[in-house]
Amino acid sequence: MTAPIRNDFRPSEAEIAYLRDRAQFVRLETIRLIEIAKVGHYTSVFSAAEIFSALYYDVMRLEADPKHPDRDRFLMGKGHAAVGLFPILAEKGYLPVEVLNGYTRLGNPLGDHPDMRKVPGVDFSSGSIGHALSNGVGMALGGRMQGRDFITFVMLGDGEMQEGQVWEAAISAAHHKLNRLIAIVDRNGFQLDGAVDDVMGIEPLDEKWRAFGWEVHVVDGHDIGGLTEALRRAKADVSRKRPCCIIARTVKGKGVSYMETEPGWHLGYLDPSDAEAARREILSKVI
Amino acid sequence: MTIYTRPQSPNSWHYRELNQKNPGLDHLSNGLISLVEAGHPVVAGSADLQYSNGLNRFAQRYPDRYVGFGISEQNMVSAAAGIATTGMMPYVATFASFLGLLTCEQIRMDVAYCALPVRLIGHHTGISMGFYGTSHHATEDIGTMRSIADLTVVSTADGPQLEAAIRASADHDRPIYFRTGRGREPDLYDPSQPFVFGKAIEHARGEEVTVIACGLSVHPAVQSARRLNGEGRSVGVLDMATVKPLDRDAILEAASRSKVILTIEEHNILGGLGAAVAEVLAEEGSPARLVRHGIRDEYALIAPPTHLYAHYRLDEAGIESVIREIIG
Repeated sequence: MTAPIRNDFRPSEAEIAYLRDRAQFVRLETIRLIEIAKVGHYTSVFSAAEIFSALYYDVMRLEADPKHPDRDRFLMGKGHAAVGLFPILAEKGYLPVEVLNGYTRLGNPLGDHPDMRKVPGVDFSSGSIGHALSNGVGMALGGRMQGRDFITFVMLGDGEMQEGQVWEAAISAAHHKLNRLIAIVDRNGFQLDGAVDDVMGIEPLDEKWRAFGWEVHVVDGHDIGGLTEALRRAKADVSRKRPCCIIARTVKGKGVSYMETEPGWHLGYLDPSDAEAARREILSKVI
Repeated sequence: MTIYTRPQSPNSWHYRELNQKNPGLDHLSNGLISLVEAGHPVVAGSADLQYSNGLNRFAQRYPDRYVGFGISEQNMVSAAAGIATTGMMPYVATFASFLGLLTCEQIRMDVAYCALPVRLIGHHTGISMGFYGTSHHATEDIGTMRSIADLTVVSTADGPQLEAAIRASADHDRPIYFRTGRGREPDLYDPSQPFVFGKAIEHARGEEVTVIACGLSVHPAVQSARRLNGEGRSVGVLDMATVKPLDRDAILEAASRSKVILTIEEHNILGGLGAAVAEVLAEEGSPARLVRHGIRDEYALIAPPTHLYAHYRLDEAGIESVIREIIG
């Protein structure tokens, strides 16, 4: 009898429970903060809640100093999901809770999109879709020139795949063999005007990234165990000679039933009574 | 018949030999090499134009500090911003027509808004590309770049001034857009002359008119003024190499001394140096009359560069005739 091969990358049940809880925290905080702003991108965060959780509560190397040169980086091509990142940065101690609670109010550093000059822990500003992978290419190049081993994670929207600059960046990352650059595509299937496949189709997406010279993995972006395992593997595999793209198949609005089926929720507002119902629904589910 | 392995005439050339034919291209690499030698963490990048901007010399010398981006200008600018976040000092170069327009938003969002010390070098400015046509003419870049907050805008008159400005940029903690020529300009400066950001360079003082010029218009303006002053006229010349932040004091001092301020730029008179000077004069209620000379809100014709400079009166003879019309 041979012993079963130990899978060092698979998170334990306790880890999975913890990461699931943190994803739930991201969703609940998003509802709370959008109540302050009275408008926001609920569903763009909900599709990415497990991605946020896996990265910030497991995979990324974080440092007390948010400018530490060896920290892992996280960039958001879909900067409009920043409302999901800010509660994490506050919980990690980069942001005072009072600042978080003043989200979008006059003079507060936290707006709909992340600003690296104003918000400690934001590794790069965004808001104009299509730039982030290039920014990540630069970080990976700069890190390699200085012999640093940090990983640059870039979360991209699937609608963002329609931006030409993404593919300029994809070509250059493969050409320069940036093996410490990991892109995560939040493939939630929707953008402002409707389904991505109807607005401007992007499939076959995995084949596109492969053709551009990337290693590609397609995962269920809400299976926190599988997603975390894929990210751990991608981060650990430094023998890889090319960048890695993880396509996370997700559901836009995951966690609130009507948001999962109505594409109009890309941007919206929940009255406090509806917000409370949404909160209860999220708390009642195991995703 | 004889099949030759290479052209027989010394007049034949290909683009990889541009910097042998055109030593003015050496200044950008010279400046960057001296920064590396002084221990600065310089990274240079170009978008498939290393032979046009002379960065091939830098790339040969420091291959590990050079990044070729291929034909992807937007990616290059955004990646340079990413490089700057790691503590390196990126200098990325391409045609001014592309930097000033195609990558305008990447410069605003990733470089200036993020306040990263990225240096952008837009070369082949104005109409210096001659018959390559409007796609390669840069007559809007001062306008776009100077309207971007926190971005320093420098228009150098020649290669030596670019080299000095590149060296001076080591101590400048802000993003910079350098606008420079084609490497064919006659030298006005010496690379050892220190470059000071934000300070106009006075070449002559005059009471009849003061010319405020930048970039490739400075040399012909200085030459014209020299001849006119030799005839007993009183023509001043300021090189406004830093278009932003503008040396307001130098403009106001010239306006208090001269009856007329004449701005000269190889750029649309809308949005460029002339517009910047007009803003200062109007805001301060200056009585000096302002004349703006440059490209008059049009797309330049196709012609060899020297013919274009003559046509638009931006060469020495043209500038002299413009000054004579003003001072009578």
